[in-house]
This record gives sequence, C-alpha cells and structure tokens, in this order.
Amino acid sequence: MSTLSIENISMRFDLPNGSHVQALQDVGLTLNTGELLSILGPSGCGKTTLLNILAGFLAPTQGQITLNGARVNGPGAERGMVFQQGALFEWMSVRDNVSFGPRMAGQREAQWKGTVDHLLDVVGLRDFKDKSVYELSGGMQQRVALARCLANEPDVILMDEPLGALDALTREKMQGLVLKLWKETGKTIILITHSVEEALLLGERLLVMAPRPGRIHREYHLPFAEMGVQQDLRSVKKHPEFAARREEILSMIWDMEEEIMGRSAEATA
Amino acid sequence: MIALSVYLAIFIGSFVLIRIGLRRWRARHDFTSLKTVTFGDESAVRPDRAASIISVVTIFLIWGAFTGSKWAPVHVPGPFLGDTQFTFTVEAPDGTRDDATVFARVQPVGESAATPDVPPNAGFAQDDAVTVAAMRSSLVIWDENDAINRTDGARVVAVEGQAVAPGATVNTQAGDVTLTARGTLNFAPAKGMQMEPIWLPAPETVLARAGEIAATGYQNFTLWEHLGWSLYRVIAGFALGALVGIPLGYAMGLSDWFRGWFDPIVEFMRPVPPLALIPLVIIWAGIGEAGKIILLFLAALWIMTIAARSGVSGVAIAKVHAAYSLGASKWQILRHVIVPNSLPEIFTGARVAMGVCWGTVVAAELVAAEKGAGMMIMVASRFQLTDVVIMGIILIGIIGYAIDILMRIAEKWLVPWKGRI
Repeated sequence: MSTLSIENISMRFDLPNGSHVQALQDVGLTLNTGELLSILGPSGCGKTTLLNILAGFLAPTQGQITLNGARVNGPGAERGMVFQQGALFEWMSVRDNVSFGPRMAGQREAQWKGTVDHLLDVVGLRDFKDKSVYELSGGMQQRVALARCLANEPDVILMDEPLGALDALTREKMQGLVLKLWKETGKTIILITHSVEEALLLGERLLVMAPRPGRIHREYHLPFAEMGVQQDLRSVKKHPEFAARREEILSMIWDMEEEIMGRSAEATA
Repeated sequence: MIALSVYLAIFIGSFVLIRIGLRRWRARHDFTSLKTVTFGDESAVRPDRAASIISVVTIFLIWGAFTGSKWAPVHVPGPFLGDTQFTFTVEAPDGTRDDATVFARVQPVGESAATPDVPPNAGFAQDDAVTVAAMRSSLVIWDENDAINRTDGARVVAVEGQAVAPGATVNTQAGDVTLTARGTLNFAPAKGMQMEPIWLPAPETVLARAGEIAATGYQNFTLWEHLGWSLYRVIAGFALGALVGIPLGYAMGLSDWFRGWFDPIVEFMRPVPPLALIPLVIIWAGIGEAGKIILLFLAALWIMTIAARSGVSGVAIAKVHAAYSLGASKWQILRHVIVPNSLPEIFTGARVAMGVCWGTVVAAELVAAEKGAGMMIMVASRFQLTDVVIMGIILIGIIGYAIDILMRIAEKWLVPWKGRI
C-alpha cells in the first residue's frame, strides 16, 4: 500500500517590495494508492503551487511530502505529471514521446515496446505513432501526454488542468478516458481543475481550496467517479445529487471570490 | 535624374499593364485570392513574381541603355563621334579681326585617328585641326600656325560669332568651347548621356571580364581561388565561433555564475562592429589567414552565444518539468530537450552570423589580403578596372544570397517543427 502524505505544508516567500506572500498554509492530506483526488478553488488559492510542490519543482517552507515513507526532494519518475499543454517534445514522434521515460531509464526497445504499443492502443493513437506531435490536434496531444506519463509507470499521477485547453466535446471524451485509465491502472491521481463539473466527475475525493492564504476549505467524498466508470458521463451529470453538489460548490466559490473582491476593495479604499 | 524617371515610368507602366491589363489571365483561385482585406494582412501579401522578373530586367535594361550595351534595344544618346568644326574670331592688336575654323575629329577612347588636314586660308588667323577622344576634351593652341599670335597680342574675341571673355564657355553644335584664362580654346565634344566605361562598363563587358578571369585568373589566383578562400575563411571563422559560442550560450542559459560572468563581456562585445576590430586584429595577428579567421571568429562568436542563450531561455518550462518528472537526468534534459528546443534560435543566429561573417570577410580583404573576393575588387579599383569591381560585387552578392538559401534549406530539414509549436 503506497501512501502519499502531505504533512502540514506551508509556503511563504518574499516579494521584491519587501512584503511576502503566504501561498499555502498548513495543508495536510493523506492519499492511498488508487485514490482519485480533484482539487478545485478560485484562482490564487495555491492549487498549482501545491501540485508543483508534490511534483518536487518547488520546495515548501514548512512541512514535507512523503511517498511510501520516503521524503520527496525534487522531481522524480515515481510522480508523473500531465501539463495543461505545450509539454510534449515537438522534435520527437508520438512514439518517441510516449517511450521517453523508459528510454531515459536506459531500457531497450524490446523492454518498452509492449507497454508503449498497448498505451497507444488505449488512447487510440496506434495509427498516429509515427506522426510528429505538432501534426496532431489538441485533444490527441493530451492523449499523447497521458500515455507518456503512464508509460513511465509512476506511483502517482499529477495533472495540472490537463483538459483546460480543450474544447467542450473533446474535453468530455477525455474525462471518460481519464476515468477509464484510472480504473484500469489503479494509479493514484491528483487532478487540478477550474471546472466544478470536472472536479465532481473526476474526484473520488474533492478538495475545495480557499485563497489568501491558500488552505484547504472543505473536503468531499463523492460517488460520481465510480458511477462514471460504469455509465455514460452525461447520465452521471443528470443525477440529482450531482446537480445539488455542483450548486453547493459553485456558490461556495462565488462567496470566496466575493470575499476577495471585498477585501481588495477595502485595501484600495 | 533621367535614369530615375525611366525607372519610375517602367515601375508604374508595368504595374498598370500587368496588374490591370492582364488581370483576367492571371486570376488565381486559391484561398488567399478570396481575401478582400489585403491591405494590412501581411499573410495575404505574396510577392508578384512577374514584378520580380521585370524588376531585374529593368535594372539590366537601364544599365545597358546608359552604357551603350549591345544587349539593350534602346540607348540614351551616346557621345559624339566623327568630324565636326566650329569657328572663332581673333582680334589683332591693331583691332583687325579675322575668322578661322577648328576642324575636330572625335574618336572612341583608346583609338587613334589622323588629324584632319587643314588647307591654308587667307587672313592672319589660320584654321586649326585637333583630335579628341570621346568624352574627353582637348586644348586648341589656335595661334601656333598664325601670323600674329598671342605673344603679339592677338586674342580670341568670339566663338561661332558669340563674344567670349576668358573663362567663358560657348555651347556650339560641335560641343562646348571654353576660352581659357591663358587665351587658348578648350574643346569638349558633346558627351551625350551615356556613362563612360571607366565609371560604369556595359553588362556584356562585365560578363566578358568574368569569363576572362574565370579562365586566366586575376592577381596570381584564379577566380575560384579568390572566392574559395573568402568562403573558406567565412566557414572556418563561423565554425570556430559556433563551436565556442553555442556551448558558452548554453552555459549562460543554464548557470547563474556563467550568466553573471559573461554577461558584461557579451553585452559589451555585441554592439562592437567586427569591422572596428580589423585594425587591432591586424596589429596582433597580421594580415594572414590567422588574422582573418580570428576576426570572423569574433564576428560569429557573440551572435552564436546570444542565439544559444535565448534558445535555452526559450524552452517552455513545462517541457523541462515534464522531462524531470519522466526521470530524465540533467545531461539527458540537455541533450533531448534543451538542445533540440534551441535549434530554431540557433539557426536564426547562424543565418545572421553567416551574413555578418560574409560582409566582414570582404571588408577585411579590402583592407589587406593576398587573395579573396574583397582583395580582388580592391586591387581592381586601384587600376580603375571598374568591370572587375562590378563583377566582384555581383559575385559577392550571389554567394551571400546562396549561403542564406542553403541555411534556410538546412533549417527546414533539421527543424521541421519551427513556428508550429
């Protein structure tokens, strides 16, 4: 049982004008293998900062992250990341992108060929494996990014608004694909999103964060991800509880936004 | 002035003729042709190849027309050639006047012609004869054969019936006649509007000279050796500059210390034109190959350093993060992410650097060299061999253009993703 634990993370840094920013305050959380967590919050609530700390790109000023008991200290192959866009290597074919992790680890083609071909099948890009990535559409590029991350067999997959730049139709298809991959691979996934609907659909657990300082506001345990694995995502969205949760969270975020507006209005007044 | 107005007339005339006259036959049916907003839409502006062809032909036509070229169907009036004459009036000290005629024979430059025979005539002023090369002038010592000459007090008072004072010029049909301060006549036959070959040779002369130099060489080296040495210097200097500059640029893009250490040097050297370094390089390394290559190395170095540095800073951080998350080491990230990602910038830099190097090598050879394209035209200019100079300039231009085209082809082949990210 691998466990990702976030132990009272705080992050505070100085600004050039002498003041400082408290980006995160006392964020704590434990995640077990195979859990699907989505993080939602208004802009500036530190969710991307949290994800970057999890990936090891940023160091927290307090607290620590441990994965399977080992302290996270810099980026590593056991924590894969899927970015919003622009993280593919344009100078490589689809296949070379997907096999990047195994190749960097020194595996020979015979060792990774099976996995890579299987993943290309799963994301539906078998016929595009020799294409250059810049020839693909945005949705196909994100499927390459997903396959590339999975090919490296990480323990945890971190997703930073992976579907944010896609159009509504492609986005819905991709949400189904993420759920399918989650169920098939049994990976721990942490997903950041701006969309309340996406957070509900793709979150067994859903974390709503509040801004200034960035902190956990509320946590939900939701049934929709499990439902989405079995049935059509659109019928999940029609579920009365889904609509109720969406309204609840939307008004929660609206309140936060208004509070921020009020605060900045006070500051200027 | 005339050349400019002819040029403008051809520009406007061919525009009207081709764009409006031939509109129906040139209609295109691709997507861009359906755009109605083209003024301001750069992507809708495509070079009209007919205009390019007419443009080049026009340059040669005007060049030919003003040099009397065999290639040009029309010419501006050339210099007067053949026999002509004008009269002048001499006044003796006692006030008596007598008319005489100057028979002038104008022959092409470099050819000799017999002076026309002049029969003696009545009166104290005798007729004179003179030969002049076209576009030159000749002094007429009119009193050499006269009974009363200048030392006796005779002087010219009129030319072709027009009164003249010393220093004044009379425009006769034959050409300009000036009465000099010393009392002689200076005859300049009509020059026409063509350029003298010494200023601008005809295009076929340049071509013939190119053939001659290609066959027999110039200043101890063949044409190909001159051009080849220039090219060799450029390639050697550029290669060394890239070899040092690219790693240095990477180091500056990847390390605080390198960036801090080399920033002042690079930022200082970048605006120093390589030409300004020629004197110093000559002092240090002499005028041989070493000096040239050092100069070109310095010309290419800073450009390549800056290109590599901006190539590194142009890497989307998401790509580097992604590679780290996939378990790549620093070395692997350099080789598989940073280097390929910076290639477009490096190619842009390389194109600029090759252009600068080519310009610099010619300039360096102008200053001092034993061989090379620049040396060729510099030496030719000292001997007034304008045709060699023009041939050299054209060849230098063609080679510079060819280098740029080759770099663009290489870029398309090596960096197919450029501009598509």
